[in-house]
Amino acid sequence: MTPPEYEYLRKFLRDHSGLDLSADKQYLIESRLLPLARKAGLSGIGDLVQKLQAGSSALITSVVEAMTTNETFFFRDKVPFDHFRETIMPEVLKARAARRSVRIWCAAGSTGQEPYSLAMSLKEMGAALTGWRVEIIATDLSQEVLEKSKAGIYSQFEVQRGLPIQLLVKYFKQTGETWQINPELRAMIQHRQLNLLHDFSQLGTFDVIFCRNVLIYFDQETKINIFNRLARQVEGDGFLVLGAAETVVGLTDTFRPIPERRGLYKPNDARSAGAKPAIAAAPPRTAAMAGLRA
Amino acid sequence: MKTCLVVDDSSVVRKIARRILEGLEFEVTEAEDGSKALEVCRQKLPDAVLLDWNMPVMDGFEFMGHMRRLPGGDQPKVVFCTTENNVAHIAQALSGGANEYIMKPFDKDIIADKFAEVGLIPVGQAFA
Repeated sequence: MTPPEYEYLRKFLRDHSGLDLSADKQYLIESRLLPLARKAGLSGIGDLVQKLQAGSSALITSVVEAMTTNETFFFRDKVPFDHFRETIMPEVLKARAARRSVRIWCAAGSTGQEPYSLAMSLKEMGAALTGWRVEIIATDLSQEVLEKSKAGIYSQFEVQRGLPIQLLVKYFKQTGETWQINPELRAMIQHRQLNLLHDFSQLGTFDVIFCRNVLIYFDQETKINIFNRLARQVEGDGFLVLGAAETVVGLTDTFRPIPERRGLYKPNDARSAGAKPAIAAAPPRTAAMAGLRA
Repeated sequence: MKTCLVVDDSSVVRKIARRILEGLEFEVTEAEDGSKALEVCRQKLPDAVLLDWNMPVMDGFEFMGHMRRLPGGDQPKVVFCTTENNVAHIAQALSGGANEYIMKPFDKDIIADKFAEVGLIPVGQAFA
């Protein structure tokens, strides 16, 4: 997005919705408007701005809505967290009983609501995880949202989206008008800046990968490439969790959907199943992928 | 159709809440203080109560105590909706029998989320 395009959108949003973006909110515009642009069959933000300037009224409405809807909240969509509690963790507890460790990757950790929702879910399991080593790695493209995630400070509005009141009282400390998640939960999350287009094999392998509502930003070829690389970072008996509107079906056979568990996938095992070392080097397999990394 | 009793001494708040709740397909009744709300509940208990704390005559917390002791009074889901936004009040409400708690100001999304949380509406509806 060019600076004039950003300035146009800032003024446009101020005029149409009262939303007042500071000079450094490019990431927010991109994360909200890029999926919208693609859906409308446009190549990117530049095209979107041209359409807005031409006065497309349907587009004006959807742009304003996309920018003013608070999209990330605790336990977003609920169902994936039910899967986590009722399907994923019971299997992991059995499969890793000897090793007593679980590694989870939030591949679009954003401002922290998803990783902290997972951390709270794990805490709520109580004694079942006593003596276990739990690692949650939260990655995001934007350093700015990672800083917010690290701080774990949320507005009164944010803590009222998706978060049951009992969990707010139990895991947050109130400071004036804001709420900060407890140090014990903050310590459960490691934050790393990461672009999914780049190599991520250095993160090691995971029992569970949450990769929700981020692949919608990418074209088909890129999605396939990312799925293929994700498949190498998940244990043979691990899980991949996608967003409600996302699927691997028709894109790759490296993962298969689990029946009756929407959004939940297991790797299709051409590889040997079972535990691998926590840090495994994964050599590139396809030429297309090497091209993308450049 | 599920029923919701909106208890708040501000007619503006009641009006906003009514509009949101009717959008979520509730049949709404209103009361301007705890005492009037209790009269409504003695006639017929609602499925849900959206409940302000500070009101003249009888406050929301006292009302909840009386309502919970009515026959079947354990059934309605009580969602506090108040400017009392500190942990002490929240903890008091929960131990007194509240199911959820909204800190004002609120909007449609927060009400939908909290109502979904206590099973008053399907989860999907909260995100529609």
